[in-house]
Amino acid sequence: MAKITLDNLAHSYLPNPAHENHYALKELNHDWIDGEAYALLGASGCGKSTLLNIISGLLQPSQGRILFNDRDVTHAPTAERNIAQVFQFPVVYDTMTVRDNLAFPLRNRGADAGYVAERVQQIAQMIGMEDELNRKARGLTADAKQKISLGRGMVREDVNALLFDEPLTVIDPHMKWELRTQLKSLHHEFGHTMIYVTHDQTEALTFADKVVVMYDGRVVQIGTPQELFERPAHTFVGYFIGSPGMNLFDAEITGSTAQVAGTTVDLGAGYAPKGGKTQLGVRPEFIRLNGSGDGLPAKVTRVEDVGRHKIIRLDVAGQPVSAIAEEGATVPSENTAIRFDPAGINVYADDWRVRAEEEAA
Amino acid sequence: MNKTVNQKAWFLVLPVLILVAFSAVIPLMTVVNYSVQDTFGRNEFFWAGLEWFSDMLDSDRMWDALGRQLIFSGVILAIEIPLGIFVALNMPKSGFWASFCLVLMSLPLLIPWNVVGTIWQIFGRVDIGLLGYTLDKLGITYNYTQDITAAWITVVVMDVWHWTSLVALLAYAGLQSIPDAYYQAAKIDQASRWAVFRYIELPKMAGVLMIAILLRFMDSFMIYTEPFVVTGGGPGNATTFLSIDLVKMAIGQFDLGPAAAFSLMYFLVILLISWVFYTVMVNLDKRDGV
Ligand SMILES: Nc1ncnc2c1ncn2[C@@H]1O[C@H](COP(=O)(O)OP(=O)(O)O)[C@@H](O)[C@H]1O
Ligand SMILES: [Mg+2]
Repeated sequence: MAKITLDNLAHSYLPNPAHENHYALKELNHDWIDGEAYALLGASGCGKSTLLNIISGLLQPSQGRILFNDRDVTHAPTAERNIAQVFQFPVVYDTMTVRDNLAFPLRNRGADAGYVAERVQQIAQMIGMEDELNRKARGLTADAKQKISLGRGMVREDVNALLFDEPLTVIDPHMKWELRTQLKSLHHEFGHTMIYVTHDQTEALTFADKVVVMYDGRVVQIGTPQELFERPAHTFVGYFIGSPGMNLFDAEITGSTAQVAGTTVDLGAGYAPKGGKTQLGVRPEFIRLNGSGDGLPAKVTRVEDVGRHKIIRLDVAGQPVSAIAEEGATVPSENTAIRFDPAGINVYADDWRVRAEEEAA
Repeated sequence: MNKTVNQKAWFLVLPVLILVAFSAVIPLMTVVNYSVQDTFGRNEFFWAGLEWFSDMLDSDRMWDALGRQLIFSGVILAIEIPLGIFVALNMPKSGFWASFCLVLMSLPLLIPWNVVGTIWQIFGRVDIGLLGYTLDKLGITYNYTQDITAAWITVVVMDVWHWTSLVALLAYAGLQSIPDAYYQAAKIDQASRWAVFRYIELPKMAGVLMIAILLRFMDSFMIYTEPFVVTGGGPGNATTFLSIDLVKMAIGQFDLGPAAAFSLMYFLVILLISWVFYTVMVNLDKRDGV
C-alpha cells in the first residue's frame, strides 16, 4: 500500500507536442492518499485511462514524475510497481480454467500452493463463481469473463494500489450493484489505495469518499460528493454532476450584484472576477419560481414528474433553464419569474469558479 | 424459416462436377487402370488384379523411400515451425521496418522451385559456390554429391530457407490479432515472458499454426523438384524421397503398373493425414467458437 504522488505529470501521444491541445493529459500535481478510495469521473476521451496507465506503468509519461511513498517509480516497469488494474473489457487466459486464471497473479509471485487455493476460494465467492472454478475460461459469457478479470485484480493482498478502469461496463445492472458493494467491502477490509474510473456520476458518487473530476485532459476538481454538488470548481463539474446539471447564466458582475438578461440579481456576497466571460451557476435545486412576477421573467415549457420531485423546464431569455420543485408544489402557469437562492449561487470567470471576497480573505 | 425444397437445384452443381471430373477424377482413374494391369509392351495390357499393390507393399524400396520421406518431413517441421514462430515473435509490430521485414520474408516464397534448387546447387559447389568454397577453405569437408550427411543438410537447409517465411508470416498474422489489452493484463499480473508466450501468444496462434503445419507437411511430403535439382536423389538413394522414387519408377524404368499402385497408396496416405489434420483443426475452431 502506498501514497502515490504525481509530480508535474503530463502526457502526449504525439512525439513532439508543441501545443497544450496536443496533450491527452495536461500538467498535473496530485497526491493520492494511502488507503483512500477515489472515483475518477469524466466524459469519454478526457484522459482517464491515460492517467491510470501511467500510474501502473503501462505508459511512460512525456513529462513529470510518479512517486510511490516518495520513491521515484517513473521508469520502473509495471511488475515492480506491484499494482492491480482491471480494464474496461474482459481479459482472460482462454486456455486456463477459471481457477488458474484467478491464481495466475499469485503464482507469478511465487505464492505457496496452500495460500493460493485458499485465496482463490475467497475471491471466487466474492465474484460468485465458486461453481465454475474448474471450467475453462474459453466460452464463458462477457459478463463472467469480466468477473474473472475483476477477481484477478482483487486476488493479491499486497498490492500498492488497485486501479479499476470502468470495470463494470459489460456487467448487467443487478450484478453491477453487487460487485460495487464487494469492491467497497474489499476496501474496508484491506484499506488499499483504490482508484475507480467511471463516466457514470451515480457510480462515482456512491463508490468513493473523494471524487476526482477530469475534463479535457485536466483534473478540474477533487472533492467530496457534497463539495462537487455545492461548489463546482468548473462549469463542467456543475454540468456533469447533478441531474439535471447546473444552469449557467451570462452575467455582468459588480460587487455583490449581477446583471442577468437586464435583471439585477443579489449574489449575497461580493465578487471581483478578473475579467473574462463571467457567468452565474445555479443548480436547479436553488431556483425558486415566483408567480407574482418579481425576478427574471421565465416561461414554463414542460414539467417532468420524476417521483420524489418535479423537474420544471423553463425558457429564460431564449435559454433553457431547469428548476426542481417539491412533489406537491403547484407549478405556476406559463408565464412566471425565477429567483435564485443566494446560498446556491456560484460565480464563474472563463469557466473557473471565482471565490467570494470574504471566502478568499 | 422454411427451406424451399427444389431437387432441380442439384443441376447447378453440375458444372463443378464436370470440371472436377476432368481435372481430377478421370486422370486418377487412368492411374487406377494402370495399377491393376500388366503389359509386355506393344500396348497390350492384361488384368493383374491387386498384384502390384502387394508387390509394392513387400518392396523394401518403397518402405525405404517412405522412411526417408517421414524423416525429412519430421525434420523440416521440427525446424521450420519453432524457427518461424521465433522469427514472428521478433519481427517489428508496425511501421516501416514491419513492412520491410514482410517484403523481405516473402521473397523466398516467390521463387520457383527449380530455381531454388539451382540456387542451392550452385551455392553449395566447392569449385564456384560461395557456401561450398568457403566451407572448403575453412577446412570443412563438404560435398553434397558424395557425402550423405552433406546432402541431407543441404536439402534440409534449402527447405528451411525456402519455407520458414511461410510459417513466420502465418504466425505473425496470428500475433497481430492479439489485442494490446492482453499484454497489458499480463504485465499487471506480473507474467514472465514464457507465460505470455504460453498462455497468450501460443493459444492465439494455434489456429494458424495448424494450417502452417498442414501446409508444410503436405508440401514437404510431396517434395520433388528442389532435391532432384540439387542431389538428383543421391548420393546413392540417400535423398530419394517418395516423389523422386515414383518418377524414377514410372518414367525411368517405365514400370507403369507398380508406379501406379505406388502413387495410389501415396495419394491415400496424404489424404488420410490431411483428414486427420482437418478434423483436429475443426475441433480447435469449435472450442474457440463457443
Ligand atoms: N494509444 C493512443 N494513441 C493516441 N491517442 C490516444 C491513445 N489512447 C488514447 N488516446 C487519446 O487520448 C485521449 C484520452 O484518451 P483516454 O485516456 O483513453 O480517455 P478516457 O479513458 O477518459 O476515455 C483521447 O483523445 C484519445 O483519443
Ligand atoms: Mg478509458
